Amino acid sequence: MGFKDFCFKKSLWLFHFGGASCNNCDIEILDCLTSRYDVERFGMKLVGSPRHADVLLVNGSINKRDKKRLLEVYNQLAKPVLVVAIGACGCTGGIFAEGITFAGPVDKIIPVDVYIPGCPPKPEAILAGIVKLLNKK
Amino acid sequence: MVADLFYYFIYPGFLFTAVVGGLIAGVDRKITARVQFRKGPPVLQPFYDFFKLLLVKETILPAKGSKITFLLAPVFAVFGASASAVLIMLPLLGIDAGFRGDVIVVFYLLTIPSLSYIIGALASGNPLAAIGGSREMKLIVSYEFTFILIIAGIILKAESSTSLYRIIEVQQTGNAFIGTASGVLLFIAAMFCIQAKLGLVPFDMGEAETEIGGGAFIEYSGSAYALIKLTKYMLFFTLPALIILFFMGGVQLTGIHILWSALKLIAVILLITLIRNTNPRLKTGQAMRFFLIWMNLFVIVAIVLSYLGY
Repeated sequence: MGFKDFCFKKSLWLFHFGGASCNNCDIEILDCLTSRYDVERFGMKLVGSPRHADVLLVNGSINKRDKKRLLEVYNQLAKPVLVVAIGACGCTGGIFAEGITFAGPVDKIIPVDVYIPGCPPKPEAILAGIVKLLNKK
Repeated sequence: MVADLFYYFIYPGFLFTAVVGGLIAGVDRKITARVQFRKGPPVLQPFYDFFKLLLVKETILPAKGSKITFLLAPVFAVFGASASAVLIMLPLLGIDAGFRGDVIVVFYLLTIPSLSYIIGALASGNPLAAIGGSREMKLIVSYEFTFILIIAGIILKAESSTSLYRIIEVQQTGNAFIGTASGVLLFIAAMFCIQAKLGLVPFDMGEAETEIGGGAFIEYSGSAYALIKLTKYMLFFTLPALIILFFMGGVQLTGIHILWSALKLIAVILLITLIRNTNPRLKTGQAMRFFLIWMNLFVIVAIVLSYLGY
């Protein structure tokens, strides 16, 4: 592992994209930032602008309106970037998979690096997914 | 000539300030985490952030902005921070390389980073960046007057001397300025000015992440953003050092005095971090009222007190 790779893995900044979500996954993502779970231990923090982000967290089912916005956000990100699909809706579509407005799970639209299933996934599950992301490659 | 270059680039200037400033920023994040009952990132975290932004990330240029101004603004910010750092650190470390009136020069050099943030923000063509830039500008207008009044008070207390080296000498032969009533008032006002100059909470409306998504820095990415981070780390060391120089009689690097010097620095950093962690973000109008009315009154009272000899 080179120096560049080491620095990249030690400081992943997160940008959160919520699709047509029921907000449970959003709340669980915010739980990871609280003092009980504290992902800042790994150098992660939420940033407000896609320009600063290294990881795109996507949750919620992606409908036809969200698809355009998700692609726009993905194109605005400074590369290299990792994408994490969170929750049953993000991974497969969940109970919305056969709805008429559904526009495909996240990996049909943008490349996804890690899937974290669950409805909603526990903060522990999200942390386990993040550790998998760090150990990847 | 070689000595000057060494001063500017390596020892009290660019490299030294950047490394110590990065460590201080890491300690600040660690203290913040402890205040919120978290474990917090490693102390070296600012260095990881900096090298990630500099080496790994792509730099995106705004399509509809002025690209050259956008890229040059962070370079000027680093220049302002390192030039003010070398002018402050040389007298602080006991090297008499200053000149008469360098306290005024330091005042001007310290405004360069904030000004270049504004120029960069306005050159990016992003409306949120423009909001951040205009808020930053209002903040500068309000705190700079207080800051120049504080410097006037210091000059008055230091027997009308405008050289930083002489200011330290006056304090080391007599008493530190913080030991007097007017000195305490000036110190409180100066701490708030430092907080605003560093862009930390309560005065972080220019880059409010939760409202305007990073404000003035919203369009910066990659190495340009790394330079902005570097400027922030350098200022995080330079401005507390200025406080130590103005009020606590500078530092001495002999024997037991090294411990005292480190304690002074830690005390100032701790104060800044605690103010940052126990306050909400002010609105721009509130911040302007705070500086233009209350802090100015405070400093004028302090100057009158020091004129009367308290």
